[in-house]
Amino acid sequence: MPETYDDIQGTYVYDGRMARRGYALSKMAMSLAKKENREAFVRDEDAYIDRYGLTPEQRAAVKARDYAKMIALGGNIYYVFKLTALKAGMKMSELGASQAGLPHEAFLEKIRKEIV
Amino acid sequence: MARVIGGIGTSHIPQVGVAFDRKLQETPEWKPFFDGYVPAQQWLERTRPDVAIVIYNDHGADLFIDKMPTFAVGVADAYPPGDEGWGPRPLPDAQGDPDLSWHIVESLVESEFDPMIAQELAVDHGFLVPMNLLWPNEWPVRVVPIAINVIQHPVPTAARCWKLGKALRAAIDAYPKDEKVVVIGTGGMSHQLHGERVGFLSRTFDNYFLDKLESDPQELTRITRRDYMDRAGAEAVELIMWLAMRGALDARVRRVHRFYMTPVSLSSAGLIVLEN
Repeated sequence: MPETYDDIQGTYVYDGRMARRGYALSKMAMSLAKKENREAFVRDEDAYIDRYGLTPEQRAAVKARDYAKMIALGGNIYYVFKLTALKAGMKMSELGASQAGLPHEAFLEKIRKEIV
Repeated sequence: MARVIGGIGTSHIPQVGVAFDRKLQETPEWKPFFDGYVPAQQWLERTRPDVAIVIYNDHGADLFIDKMPTFAVGVADAYPPGDEGWGPRPLPDAQGDPDLSWHIVESLVESEFDPMIAQELAVDHGFLVPMNLLWPNEWPVRVVPIAINVIQHPVPTAARCWKLGKALRAAIDAYPKDEKVVVIGTGGMSHQLHGERVGFLSRTFDNYFLDKLESDPQELTRITRRDYMDRAGAEAVELIMWLAMRGALDARVRRVHRFYMTPVSLSSAGLIVLEN
C-alpha cells in the first residue's frame, strides 16, 4: 500500500501529483542552473518564461517572486531556489522567511523558539 | 582485500559551502559549527582511508525530475563541481576510482539492486559540503558517489536504503584490492524548507535518530517516509541516506564522535563517526 501523508499540515510532498502540476515551472527553474540561461532570463524575463509553457498563475507567481505560491503551484523547492540566485543571492533561511511572510530576523527567532 | 573501516553521517547544508568558500570558519557565527568537525578530521587523519563512498542526493546540479534515478552510481575518473545556479564552486574535481565503481555496480546488480550507471556526473552541495567538512584542505581519497533520489516521491523506503548498504558492504568485502574504505551518508537532519510548515526543526527526533543509528539502526528502518517527514520535516527524509551508510557497517560499532547543533541555516546539523 502506498503511504499517505496528506495529513501533514503545511507540507507539499513532491509526489506525482505535485510533479504533474508543476513540471513546467520546476523545469524553467532548473534551467537556471546554466549560466547562459540565467543571462537570457535576466535579459528578457517574459520571453524566457514563455519558452516553458507555465500556467498564467505560475507565471504571475514567478514574476512576483512569490515563493510560497510557486511551491503551492507545483514548483519544487530545490529548483525554485535557483531563482533567488539571479540577484544578490538569497540564503535558504531568507527563502524560508519569504515563504513565511516574515522579516528574516523575526523568522529565525520564531523557528528557534519552536524547536521541538 | 578491501575493508570498510567505518562510516560517517553528516548533514550537507548548502550555506556551509558558502561559509567555507568565504573563509568564515573562524567567525563567531560559524566557529562553533566548524569546530564540531575537528574530531572527525582527526579520525580520518589517523585511519587514512583510501576511498570514500559518498551517499548523497543531487539538488538540481546534474540530475532532474525529467528522469530521476532512484539510485545512481558514478563510474567516472573524476567528478567536477556542478552549477546549482550560482556558478560552480571554486573546488577541484573529486578523483574517482572507476575500478571500484564498476565492481560495485556489478556486485549491486548481482544483489538485485539496479542503479543508473553514470559515466559523467557533476556533484553539488550534497556531496561537496561533507567533503569540505571532513577534509578541509586537500582530498586525499578517491571517491565513489552514490546518488539516492530523495526529491521526487515516491523515494525509496528507509528499509530499502538499509539493504542497499548491506549490498554495498558485500561488494566492498569481495573487492580484491587492498583498500581502506569509509562510507559517508549525507543529508538531514530535521528540516523543512517549504510550505507553511517551513522552518520546522526537531531536536528530539534528531537525537533519537543519532542514538538509534549507533545502537539499534534497524528500528530506524521501520519508520515510514511519512513519519520521517512528519516527525523531522519534509526534507528530513534525506536521513534515509544515513541508513544506507549504516547498513554497510558492522552490527556493533564504536562511536568515535558525535556532534549536533540546531539551527544551522534552516536545518539541524548532525555528525556521527562510527568505527567498525
